[in-house]
Amino acid sequence: MNRQRSSKAAAFRPAHELRSRDFEPGFVLTEVATSRYYKTGDWRSKRPVWDNNRCIQCGLCYIYCPDMAVRRRPDGFFEANLDYCKGCGICAQECFTKCIEMVDER
Amino acid sequence: MNSTRKTIPIPPGHRRVGIEDSHAAALAVKQCNVDVVAAYPITPQTHIVERLAEMVANGELDAEFVPVESEHSAMTVCVGAEAAGARTFTCTSSQGLILMSEIVYITSAMRLPCVMILANRSLSGPLSIWCDHSDVMSIRDCGWIQTFAENGQEVYDLVFHAYRVAEMPEVLTPVILNVDGFYLTHVVESVLTAEQELIDRYLPPYRPRVSLHPDRPVTMGAYGVPELFTEAKKNQDEALKATYPFILKAWEEWGDLTGRYYHPVETYRAEGAQVLLLTMGSIGQTAMVAVDRMRDAGVPVGLVKLRLWRPFPFEELRRAVSGAEHLVVLDRAVSYGGPGGPVASEVRAALYGQPGAPVVHNFIVGLAGRDVAVEDLATIVQKSLTRKKPPRQEDYILYGARE
Repeated sequence: MNRQRSSKAAAFRPAHELRSRDFEPGFVLTEVATSRYYKTGDWRSKRPVWDNNRCIQCGLCYIYCPDMAVRRRPDGFFEANLDYCKGCGICAQECFTKCIEMVDER
Repeated sequence: MNSTRKTIPIPPGHRRVGIEDSHAAALAVKQCNVDVVAAYPITPQTHIVERLAEMVANGELDAEFVPVESEHSAMTVCVGAEAAGARTFTCTSSQGLILMSEIVYITSAMRLPCVMILANRSLSGPLSIWCDHSDVMSIRDCGWIQTFAENGQEVYDLVFHAYRVAEMPEVLTPVILNVDGFYLTHVVESVLTAEQELIDRYLPPYRPRVSLHPDRPVTMGAYGVPELFTEAKKNQDEALKATYPFILKAWEEWGDLTGRYYHPVETYRAEGAQVLLLTMGSIGQTAMVAVDRMRDAGVPVGLVKLRLWRPFPFEELRRAVSGAEHLVVLDRAVSYGGPGGPVASEVRAALYGQPGAPVVHNFIVGLAGRDVAVEDLATIVQKSLTRKKPPRQEDYILYGARE
């Protein structure tokens, strides 16, 4: 265990502030789940919008989302985490009841 | 009994054996006690991995031998095994290297200290199985440490050096050991092999800096966004340059143990030479004979041998060639439509703007195993000395090509 050095103590730096000397050899990441620091939501040109009158709460959108950007609300319905949703539209494509509409971002 | 025959003393901890160079290489890999061997057979590399497969099958070597379906997989298996903390070996040639090249670049970026023997062979086409350096030059910028051997003894010795230096905690960089196909794979030579005890003193067990383990999760091979990619490449470039003193240190240690010292740039009868030949690989052996004959005939010629190709030994090269009027660089690869052979173009870059630097002549020789005889080297030196106009930066001659 002590051979495994940890950079967890180091404060997280956003990508555009990283210097060449900040990397572990081989660009190894010793901190887990760092992809949450990279908010990919700004790639999006369309956003998913749920019509909860037709939603049967089956959770297919949650299962299919490749970025785990769909979350279940306490009331059982679903919504996108727009910090990470890239607007790929897979949720809308797979939805049984076609209750998800991809709406243009403006 | 020929009384004039000299008896060369055998250094302590050694045995002198007649052995095929490939088998000497395999023996060295075995003595490095590798954990995983993954390779796909390709001429002229075959005997090395065949012998290793035999050793594993016979129980002489306790390792996992993975008979992969391609070179791409061979390198991938080594990457995975290294990431899990294993000492690995792979070996290929020519088309095999081209197929694995995708992973070759990734290996160095991930700083996984794999070792590869590359049995240098020309790239197709036309299809050829014979020796030249077009394969290694295709991955010149792959970020591995790259060394060249000249004879069977060097093949054997440099395998240990490769593992020693690759796995140093300050280095953690993969190493390609270039051995000329057939010349340094299929020839039987007299080689001094070392006792295991001596190897164990030289090469400590591999201690990976980090490794894949369920209890200690890490991410290897993560995506690099444009905002940090440039910094990542700067990090990698600095790391490769920083390996230089450790490469020297590992050679020094080997020399102290065995009496056989190696250097990034080596010279032979270069003192006071007006003309210097520059070679890489097995041609250096022929060139030494050629230098002896020319010196006997009164031609002031010497030899410079480039052993370390990456990181490139700029300072040592400049020192080695200073004082000479002509530097004749022999390449074994063509850079079509480019500034001469790859070695010459880098040597010219190293000497550019240096006051008093020699005139660089470039001859491309020995493509696809074409013989380079002692007489050829004498002709090349004569041609360089009697040239009416000095060569331009980009001039090169495909020596002996019938037009």
